Amino acid sequence: MQTIELICHVGVGPVVTGEALVTDDNFSARYDLDRIAGIFSRPQHKLAGQSYVDKIMVFNTAKGGVASAWMLHEMKSRGIAPKAILFNIVNPILAQGAALADMAMCDRFADGDVTRLIQTGDQVTVNPEIGLVTVTRR
Amino acid sequence: MKLNAEEEAMLNGELGEPRRWAIEHMMRVGRFFDAEDFVEVTQAHIMADTESLGEAGVEFLEHLAACPPQERQVRIPMITDPRGIDFCHYRRLGQTEQMASLEQRAIDAFEAMGILMTNTCINYQTISPPVRGEHLAFGDTGVVIYCNSVLGAYSNFEGGPSALAAGLTGRTPRYGLHLGTNRRATRRFHVDYEPRSLSDWGALGGIIGARAGSYWEVPVIEGIAAQPGSDEMKHMGAAMASFGSIPLFHVVGVTPEAPTLTAVCEPDSLAVETVGEADLEAFFARYGGKGEKVDVVVFSAPQLSLLEMQSLAELLDDRKIHADTSLLAVTSPAVAADARRLGLVERIEASGALVLEGMCFYQSYAREMGEANGWKRLMTNSVKLANIIGGYGYEPTLSNMENCVASAIAGEIV
Repeated sequence: MQTIELICHVGVGPVVTGEALVTDDNFSARYDLDRIAGIFSRPQHKLAGQSYVDKIMVFNTAKGGVASAWMLHEMKSRGIAPKAILFNIVNPILAQGAALADMAMCDRFADGDVTRLIQTGDQVTVNPEIGLVTVTRR
Repeated sequence: MKLNAEEEAMLNGELGEPRRWAIEHMMRVGRFFDAEDFVEVTQAHIMADTESLGEAGVEFLEHLAACPPQERQVRIPMITDPRGIDFCHYRRLGQTEQMASLEQRAIDAFEAMGILMTNTCINYQTISPPVRGEHLAFGDTGVVIYCNSVLGAYSNFEGGPSALAAGLTGRTPRYGLHLGTNRRATRRFHVDYEPRSLSDWGALGGIIGARAGSYWEVPVIEGIAAQPGSDEMKHMGAAMASFGSIPLFHVVGVTPEAPTLTAVCEPDSLAVETVGEADLEAFFARYGGKGEKVDVVVFSAPQLSLLEMQSLAELLDDRKIHADTSLLAVTSPAVAADARRLGLVERIEASGALVLEGMCFYQSYAREMGEANGWKRLMTNSVKLANIIGGYGYEPTLSNMENCVASAIAGEIV
């Protein structure tokens, strides 16, 4: 068992713990998801076919349109949503969406590329208020 | 964040619950992006189609709209992005009564807040084009990148909740593109060929957007001899924002902040990245399908200008769409009214095509429309639409308007 602490910029949303699902791909709720089924649906996405429900998602950056700002709120209202989303660097839309949805979101990690620092399957606790992500790896 | 007395009053709820929510929401976002204070904005534009709002989003709007009139009215002119429904045609498209009902509830809530239902993503061509240096809170990435780049206005991408918060308070957190330091070029591109069609301009935007790839990158573009017009810039910007989440670009000698290269960067500090004809060909090659049956041809994203409607009418004159193919032309209510007055809608629809207004294809329950109509292979001249629609279960083909029309007539990709 190994525990790593990662410092990031102050984020938004509550403290949450969950299992990481990591990709160096980018993210848009509009472009990439089947939000009813709770899976990545865009064939070109590196997580195509995988479920994002209750995961701590880790991406490189955000892409695409403004719809994600509403969609995170809508996804969370149905309980078919990630617990948190972490980025190397995010755009305003996703941050605005997380603020409305009260979903944990952080970016700008001090130790480099977060898509390499965290691995799929890691147990991750995100504390947006202080900008700290704790990773536990078996 | 530093708050003035009025902002403090909003935060304390003295100006009502909607403005309290709004200022608190924007403070969370401002903290995320290290904003020191707020900047006053002159206009707001909200993207809030019901597919993305869902029941939860509509209930949120209704909650605000139920507050007393003096508390819920927006403080600055505020307009809307395309809706998810054209009430004249939704049944024909396979959209449901439930979708239309949710749409009507959202519209009622917006109108109660004093928002003008313009239902357009080409407001910079049709409503009130911003002026250089004007601070805005605009939604729709295509609107923002055009207003920042082509008009020299200042706006971040404002998602629906933040645009609404800006409308209710008349301000937005001062971060991102409201700061001059973030408007300097960070990537330098040289284009080696001349874009010939709107889809070529879109593809150029897509190529540069994908390479730059972040909201915080600002491309500066050199080497294009052709003089782009509004529709060319519209397609290029929308595609760049779609592929790269890019909110601002400069074209040297064309866009207002870049009369020269040195106005936006220190040229020696940025490596020159070339975009050539081979890149263009490779971009189009990603969207194949030649010889396959085409189910639906869509002109949308962004909505068509009056000039695009004229081009489409000319291509369709005295011709008929194939019986097994649908052709949809999507525009704004303002353009639709003019196009109807000028006979363009009649000419387009005489071919069997359908003109839709006030919506946009991809934010109108595209998955459900596809399933209801058996649409799988979609052809378009919109690079933005081609990029998005794969996630909704479609197989996109990208070409220019002439080939799209020829394919709709043939019933297969030509």
